[in-house]
Amino acid sequence: MLEINNLHVKLEEEDKQILKGVNLKLEPGTVHAIMGPNGSGKSTLSYVLSGKGGYQVTDGSATLDGNDLLDLEPEERAAAGLFLAFQYPTEIPGVGNMTFLRTAVNSQRKLRGQDEMSAGDFLKLVRSTAKDLKIDADMLKRPVNVGFSGGEKKRNEILQMAMLEPKMCILDETDSGLDVDAMKLVAKGVNALRDGKRSFLVITHYQRLLDHIKPDVVHIMAAGRIIKTGGPDLALEVENNGYADILAEVA
Amino acid sequence: MGTPQTKSDPNTARLSGLSLPKGAGWASAARKSALERVITMGLPGRRDEYWKYTDPKGLNGPVAAEAAIIDSTDAPGFSADSLKIVFVDGVFNAEASDDLTLAGIEIDRLEDVTASDIHWARDVYGVLEQAGQDPVARPLAALNTAVASDGVVIRATGKAAKPVSILYMRKSETADVVLHHVIKVENGAELTVLEDGSAAARLNMVIEVDVADGGAFHHIRTQGREHERQAVTHIFGRLGQESLFKSFTLTINGALTRNEAVLEFTGDNATAHVAGAAVGDGKFHHDDTVFITHDAENCESRQVYKKVLRNGARGVFQGKILVKAGAQKTDGYQISKALLLDDDSQFLAKPELEIYADDVICSHGSTTGAIDEDALFYLRSRGVELAKAQDLLVLAFLADAIDEIDDDGICEELLTRLQAWLERRQD
Ligand SMILES: Nc1ncnc2c1ncn2[C@@H]1O[C@H](COP(=O)(O)OP(=O)(O)OP(=O)(O)O)[C@@H](O)[C@H]1O
Ligand SMILES: [Mg+2]
Repeated sequence: MLEINNLHVKLEEEDKQILKGVNLKLEPGTVHAIMGPNGSGKSTLSYVLSGKGGYQVTDGSATLDGNDLLDLEPEERAAAGLFLAFQYPTEIPGVGNMTFLRTAVNSQRKLRGQDEMSAGDFLKLVRSTAKDLKIDADMLKRPVNVGFSGGEKKRNEILQMAMLEPKMCILDETDSGLDVDAMKLVAKGVNALRDGKRSFLVITHYQRLLDHIKPDVVHIMAAGRIIKTGGPDLALEVENNGYADILAEVA
Repeated sequence: MGTPQTKSDPNTARLSGLSLPKGAGWASAARKSALERVITMGLPGRRDEYWKYTDPKGLNGPVAAEAAIIDSTDAPGFSADSLKIVFVDGVFNAEASDDLTLAGIEIDRLEDVTASDIHWARDVYGVLEQAGQDPVARPLAALNTAVASDGVVIRATGKAAKPVSILYMRKSETADVVLHHVIKVENGAELTVLEDGSAAARLNMVIEVDVADGGAFHHIRTQGREHERQAVTHIFGRLGQESLFKSFTLTINGALTRNEAVLEFTGDNATAHVAGAAVGDGKFHHDDTVFITHDAENCESRQVYKKVLRNGARGVFQGKILVKAGAQKTDGYQISKALLLDDDSQFLAKPELEIYADDVICSHGSTTGAIDEDALFYLRSRGVELAKAQDLLVLAFLADAIDEIDDDGICEELLTRLQAWLERRQD
């Protein structure tokens, strides 16, 4: 279970408060969506949870299954079961996608005290997972995300998620830049990972992704806070009316 | 070059007193004239523009500083089948070497060659070195020609049946070694030379390579991993029509290394690629100095140099492409990049183009940077530990230079050595 309490975050280098008391609780097996205007702090929340530098937590806590996430190195958070599908996946020239995937899988296993996956098992797993996401052999050979189209990068994120089998998946605008077919493919990939225990935090601007990945709870974030929480209907309301009404309501 | 040294320079006095190796008339003449040239030029000093970033003191002085020998069980060499020539403390060792016969090539010791009255090497020994002194003086190379007594002399007349490996081993902590190799690749012939091992506490090496029309020369070397080692090396290449010259150097550690490559295109439609990867930390100072002269049409030259510097290490790159009038359709490319793993390390680059022809494509670039924090975080967010993530990014950075090598097997072996360097340095 992911539990975030009163999380306050500012930029390390500047006196700029970005998250101003975020509270969130995700029970195992649930899907929560976060929507909210540009610049409200959604990506910042996902970065702070996964341990990116440049931010300073000034108050509050975040735990995954009782472990204090904020106290762990990024790789330890990953090994503890946290996964972030990036809004803008990073290109890494010179590191082959396949080498990257194998290193990631085995590093996590090592951090958890498990044996490395054999080369044969790994290959089998990559091939079948990639096939489901229509990722071809060429994309696996190329350097990580280099020269990938926007949609290819997002599918590559889902490939990593499927390979790493995290407990808690954060998807930051995984639908942006995807064509209709690719979005269905990604949604299918995500839904295939729903097993009643794994939780998802889906950050999105659009209802169309939520048509495919059905959320249990929808949160609206604005100016660094969750200002409203509701059921799937809340997303429809945003889709139809924008944020003006909701913002006015809480103001 | 700066002003010539004055007579009061103690180095000049020392040079005048040097006794040169004995040899046949042509060899003695070449050595004597080389010594005269060094005395006229003077040894390099800090005030020479060409030595602005690298202090030649350790290379110039009368005695070599001691350099500890790393206790390692791995003998130098690559796993590919090759004819092995072994030098111990700079002296050819027949026992450890293979029989020097190989289909497609002739191999001799420099000592024997310089004792013969008639030998093709007289047209190359000290000749390419001297040609490479213009327009920039390279006194340490001339000094080498004057005093070198050992080295290998190789002539490829056909396609060499396998690569020739020149392997250097050390027994002495103070060996001060001068080696001079002479290589001739005849019309249409093909030769690969591999070099491995740190040759000495202090090494002065010259390799002269004359590639005739249609010849192909491949060269891959690694310079050993000893920390206190000092070396100055020069490769002089003369490239005939439609010839190919490829040279790659991997340098791991060493207190002071200056590797010069001085190439001249004399025939049309030839290709020269020089590349290097250098990694080191602390007292490591590494200088790649390249001078490529295009004096023929439609030739392609390419320089790719990468350095990884840590704990206050220093990297230098001086690369020049000179395109003479008439060298139309020249395609010249040069890139030098350094990855600084901390703020104490430093990279100094001096890329230069000098072009007197109008129909040419020449480009150069140089960058200095730190590890990409976003890439590092991306890897860590997938569970890759910090140290491992850094290693991956360091190897990725070096990949462009390593990729200049055609032989995949050797690429793998070099990557393994780099990986070992990274792992040794992690504590
Ligand atoms: N490293 C940073 N430096 C400067 N400003 C930052 C940094 N990170 C975040 N911000 C600022 O914090 C605010 C929140 O940004 P964030 O990326 O979290 O928004 P978001 O909700 O994900 O927006 P979007 O919907 O456009 O993706 C913005 O005003 C952004 O400019
Ligand atoms: Mg965002």
